[in-house]
Amino acid sequence: MTGRFFQVICRDVMLAFRQGSAVTLSLSFFVIVIVLFPLGVGPELSILARIGPGVLWVAALLACLLTLDRLFQADFEDGALDLLMIGPLPVELLVLAKVFAHWLTSILPLIIVAPVLALSLNIHAEGILALTSALLIGTPTLSLIGAVGAALTVGMRRGGVLLSLLVLPLYIPVLIFGVAAVDAAIAQLSVAPHLLLLGGISLGALVLGPVAAAAGLRLSLS
Amino acid sequence: MCLIHISSEQYAAAMSFSVHNLACQRADQLIFENVSFSLTPGGALWVRGRNGAGKSSLLRICARLLKPLGGSITWQGEDILDDPENYVGAYQYLGHQDALKNAMTVEENIKFWADYHGKADVATALAEFDLIPLRDVPAGILSQGQRKRANLARLAASPAPLWILDEPLSALDRHYIGKFRKRLSQHLAAGGMAIYATHQDLELDDSKILELGADT
Repeated sequence: MTGRFFQVICRDVMLAFRQGSAVTLSLSFFVIVIVLFPLGVGPELSILARIGPGVLWVAALLACLLTLDRLFQADFEDGALDLLMIGPLPVELLVLAKVFAHWLTSILPLIIVAPVLALSLNIHAEGILALTSALLIGTPTLSLIGAVGAALTVGMRRGGVLLSLLVLPLYIPVLIFGVAAVDAAIAQLSVAPHLLLLGGISLGALVLGPVAAAAGLRLSLS
Repeated sequence: MCLIHISSEQYAAAMSFSVHNLACQRADQLIFENVSFSLTPGGALWVRGRNGAGKSSLLRICARLLKPLGGSITWQGEDILDDPENYVGAYQYLGHQDALKNAMTVEENIKFWADYHGKADVATALAEFDLIPLRDVPAGILSQGQRKRANLARLAASPAPLWILDEPLSALDRHYIGKFRKRLSQHLAAGGMAIYATHQDLELDDSKILELGADT
């Protein structure tokens, strides 16, 4: 069973890199959105430092949404989802494998470039450290909650818009604690409570997300 | 999870698949009801019917992809709707879509499904449908007929006693229809079972026929 789990992850990661679009699309979207902000609000460093954490987090949420609608849709369109679901891997684990592959290909690259972009927004060293940790701990929730929305909208034309409406409100707690962690670090306060809360949300999503998404997939396919 | 490991040559003798009083409803419309049949090793069922008679729905129900409105399906005497554990891995489903990833080569595609559904000999399956010259070609540039052959090779690559085939002949030329018929007969002779929906007669010697929508 673990073999099949990793097999699905490898396949999805390989497809994402071969098709190229998934990785480059969300990454370049993330970079461009953040680069636009200093142009829009002006180069004043104090303002940039003030809005920086929020801008980075919101850009990460939106970049995550860009590739989320393809999470099950591509497999649904070519019939692979049928075969994956009737296979020996439980649907919950199948969802988890696909979510993990999504996080690796669409979100991990964002976390890697985030420190550089944070520098350009005048966030200083402690803030960058807190930002990276908060992203690492909090972003799995984005993929996990997003998978539920993606499962419910699979098979719908223009499901992407509905997906955004379903999923974005659920991202609010992650956004609040993620930004709060960076703000706390900048204000020389303790970051730990915020990171712990983010971790708690992630663990909760890890338990509920795959179960809910699997139920959603079964519903959408029948 | 229990997996059935059987060599492609011989399946266990004591298998049975039966469907009792199955009914199917799609979007408030009753597609069919009172469908019953049973299969024993070596048995094949040809599902016939007009367009919209519910051939694909029946096959999807048998493959656990759709929930029936009523009725029961049993595998080895156990209800698969309640407890599919023994049934998973005992069947292969071939649908209208070909489940091939355009960015992966033919061999990678078949190997993925073979590994996912149970280990088997990918090279032999490729050879059976003359796919060796195409093995390193991305599936995206295959013709419809070649895609179908790759999909049939997927069936041959991971052995399962029950084959559920929805239009296995579409897009195949005469030569490969013959080849597929031979492969199917081989599967049945080895004690396998098959449920298939085609518009063309496969000319199998002793397949049962299920006519859907005959009484309406």
